[in-house]
Amino acid sequence: MLVFFREALLSNIVLKGISKSFSGSPAVRSLNLEIEESQFVTLLGPSGCGKTTTLRLIAGLEDPDAGEIFIGGKLIFSREKGVFIPPEKRQLGLIFQSYALWPHMTVYKNISLGLEEQKLPKEEIERRVTTVLEKVQLTPYRDRYPSELSGGQQQRVAIARMIASEPDIFLMDEPLSNLDAMLRVDMRAELKRLHYELGATTVYVTHDQVEALTLSDKIAVMMDGELRQFGSPREIYHYPTDLFVARFVGSPRINTIPGALARQEGKLLFRSAFFEKALQRTFDFEGRDVIATIRPEDIAFSTTPQSGWLEMQVYSVLPAGSETIITVRKDDLPLTIKAPGFADVEMNDHIWIDFDIARMNFYHPQTENLIPAA
Amino acid sequence: MTVQAKPVYRRLNVLKFELTKLRHRPDVLLSLLFLIVFSFLVIVPLLQILKGSLTYQQSDLRMVRGSVQGQLTAYHYLRVFTGRLAQSLFFKPFWHSLIVGFGVTFLAMTLGSLFAWVIVRTDIPFKPLFSVLMVTPYMMPSWVIALAWLTVFKNERIAGAQGMFTAMTGVSAPDWLSYGVVPIIICLGLHYYAYSFLLVSGALWTVNSELEEAAAIAGLNKRKILRKITFPIVIPALGSAFVLTFTRSMGTFGTPALLGLPVRFFTIPTQIYASINTRNNGDGYVLALVLVALAGVAIYINSRVIGKRRSFVTMQGKGFTSKPTRLGVWRYGIVSLMFLFIFIAIVLPVVILAWSTLMRIPGDYSLSNLTLHYWIGKSNFLMASGEEGIFRNPGIWSGAWNSIRLGVFAAVINGVLGLLIGYTVVRNRGSKLANSLEVMSFAPYVFPGIAMGAIYLGMFAKPFGPIPALYGTFALLVLIVVVKNMPFSSRSGISAMLQIDPSLEESARLQGASWLKRFRKIIFPLAATGFISGMLLTFITAMRELSLVILLVTPATRVLTTIIFAYQDQDQIQHANGVTLILLFIIIIANILVSRFYGTKSLFGLRNT
Ligand SMILES: Nc1ncnc2c1ncn2[C@@H]1O[C@H](COP(=O)(O)OP(=O)(O)O)[C@@H](O)[C@H]1O
Ligand SMILES: [Mg+2]
Repeated sequence: MLVFFREALLSNIVLKGISKSFSGSPAVRSLNLEIEESQFVTLLGPSGCGKTTTLRLIAGLEDPDAGEIFIGGKLIFSREKGVFIPPEKRQLGLIFQSYALWPHMTVYKNISLGLEEQKLPKEEIERRVTTVLEKVQLTPYRDRYPSELSGGQQQRVAIARMIASEPDIFLMDEPLSNLDAMLRVDMRAELKRLHYELGATTVYVTHDQVEALTLSDKIAVMMDGELRQFGSPREIYHYPTDLFVARFVGSPRINTIPGALARQEGKLLFRSAFFEKALQRTFDFEGRDVIATIRPEDIAFSTTPQSGWLEMQVYSVLPAGSETIITVRKDDLPLTIKAPGFADVEMNDHIWIDFDIARMNFYHPQTENLIPAA
Repeated sequence: MTVQAKPVYRRLNVLKFELTKLRHRPDVLLSLLFLIVFSFLVIVPLLQILKGSLTYQQSDLRMVRGSVQGQLTAYHYLRVFTGRLAQSLFFKPFWHSLIVGFGVTFLAMTLGSLFAWVIVRTDIPFKPLFSVLMVTPYMMPSWVIALAWLTVFKNERIAGAQGMFTAMTGVSAPDWLSYGVVPIIICLGLHYYAYSFLLVSGALWTVNSELEEAAAIAGLNKRKILRKITFPIVIPALGSAFVLTFTRSMGTFGTPALLGLPVRFFTIPTQIYASINTRNNGDGYVLALVLVALAGVAIYINSRVIGKRRSFVTMQGKGFTSKPTRLGVWRYGIVSLMFLFIFIAIVLPVVILAWSTLMRIPGDYSLSNLTLHYWIGKSNFLMASGEEGIFRNPGIWSGAWNSIRLGVFAAVINGVLGLLIGYTVVRNRGSKLANSLEVMSFAPYVFPGIAMGAIYLGMFAKPFGPIPALYGTFALLVLIVVVKNMPFSSRSGISAMLQIDPSLEESARLQGASWLKRFRKIIFPLAATGFISGMLLTFITAMRELSLVILLVTPATRVLTTIIFAYQDQDQIQHANGVTLILLFIIIIANILVSRFYGTKSLFGLRNT
């Protein structure tokens, strides 16, 4: 009966005009977000921007001041309509940043408690716990207490606890932030695989843009409680809708170059203080100041003079094995270039650079919004 | 898409929302209920005291011509503060209370801080043993030492046998040594030093030497470290110890009654008792208000001076790494002094009490005078006015049973309520509900026990609102003890809850666990240690409660403490002392049982008092 009901239930999440303040200071401002069934969606933003709050609002651990929340098409929260489904009935799984394992229970008990709540038969509980423990490779640890496990193992217990009760939706609040760097990279792969196998709708909170890019179907970039952009990693990376998103996503940071769009001899140009470059696209922004952006990997360089390329002086070189980060300067303008492998440049060398003009975006200097191509 | 609902419906919907939410938060509902009932039990008494002090009482009718009972009057205030009797009703007792209060506080804080420093910060041996022994006097009723004192220093002032001192030296003990301010200060000081000891050692534990070492590396000299690092951390503890000791010793009843009344040395609490006993309730109420005001002022000053810093320091034994101060040659001297102190404060009183119960004729210290009659003898009109030996005495058995029942009921009710309040306060931090719960549950702290007893006596002598007449019932004793203990139990509930990260409960919630289930499976097990030690402390406090219940007991509901007081009053020393030993015995057994089940931590449940 229950199973039938749950399979009939879609598990998309819709937030409509959700706002939340804590004693007067807004943490989430009129947020609209639609998360589709089985998608892996990441809430990305700097610390304090309201990611955790958003997650807790979805879970029902906090109540929005205004707005509506739907799960599977069903209204689960609306103050105005007098609707409130409590967290314990929302069929969600949540992994807390601290894991929140119960310190007085063994690994087995930690996992089985939620299953007992579902009134499952004893054998079924036993079977499920055994299965998930195998899945997270913790079978030998079933009778340990959380304090007897390493950070990575605790993390996996938290995952096991969540997937054992087979919720429709996974919520994760910076689940990898307490792990050391190596383990974090391994766990990313595990989480992605987990999502692939179980197909649960997942909302994942992180401030780490690499994590967001590597894991997500879609990324929601937040700032100061507001949603800045919601799109696929590709869109977010290549077409950030404003300078904040452009700067927040990508490492090393995107280059920004002030300049203007101008038409000369019938051709549209981007003209900055020391170079100009013809564009292939057209913009309804001719003759006005703009800020151009270009990713470090979209700048080509040469150690020998090339015609039409810009001559620059190297300010520093940071080889990292798989890539080399080169910063160059001209007048006051710093630029960062990313080159594959070890690059043959030294400090103070002169090099020649060229921009992949198709990858260049232009932003309004005041509103900092993307200027779309016409 | 959506049609905006009419404002009325919208408001109704919001109400529906709030109600739906409440349905999943029984703690809020329970706390609201508690708040209402408890306000009734705290505010009504206060209003009753006020009203009683401002109106003519029945006993005043014959004193004041033309007065009508219940009529508004300043009569009691004038009588107490300016009248012919003001000296003996107010000024002298007040002066005595102040002397006792400051004297005890000085003695107790000196002893407590010294012991705390020696045990925490020096290299003396037997540290664990000392830290347990040092809090033991606190588990005994505060007047046990007073009883022992009387047994030793009693002089011919009161009828009956002379004390050991006179019997051994042949010199009659002078009055100043036998009764009044000196013995009161000493006896109370030997009891109340435990507060300073616990609070200061708690603070000293938290000043770990890393802080001090860091300061030393930063170039501060020893005295500067003391002033800049150690002192600021210990000051709040000292402040709390001062307030706690001062208010407690000003408001205490047993010891000043035992050691003061024989020489008509009154403090405010004993004067309240005398006034109410002579049916001058109005005077008693005025005096009770004085104590309430004093306690209020002390708490206010404490919160002002110490500010936001936690005034009740908890002892978190976080890796004690401090380099102990070397005592060198003093080491053995100091250890001997500490053992001597424990001998005087704990062993000696108990031995004296025990010995005195074995003497056929008090004051005769020959071996041939020893007897077990007072413990097991049949009724014999030549001895103890025909009282049966303690073990055959049905009155004492029923008193013991009542005491234990009272302790267990209070422990369970206070424990559960404390946990609930702690939960609600911590989960709703900053809300009106949380604030009023916190304030209200702390309010009984300002009531002197004796005055609270008097009010409850008046309030529940006849049916009060929906409550039937409770006077003479055991339930009334439980009620008053529970109310009086709420400040402590709510505080320990709050501190237990603060240790539990909310995410532990929230994750259970998302797993589908209902509130009751979460409480049972997550909150309760995690709070259990604090809960159990809090219950033990409530049990002990209830067992040794005297002033609160002395006006409320009837022959059927007598408890051990009131039995002791009555025996003492009738000069039946052996019985009084013997029953005291039984009381101590029960308390010790309770302690051992609890620490058997819950490790050795139980004793340290005292730490948050
Ligand atoms: N329980 C709370 N009480 C008061 N302020 C809060 C609470 N939770 C979050 N905030 C505030 O709301 C803002 C957003 O917090 P949060 O959602 O935790 O950010 P993030 O998870 O993105 O770091 C912050 O300014 C934070 O201080
Ligand atoms: Mg967060």
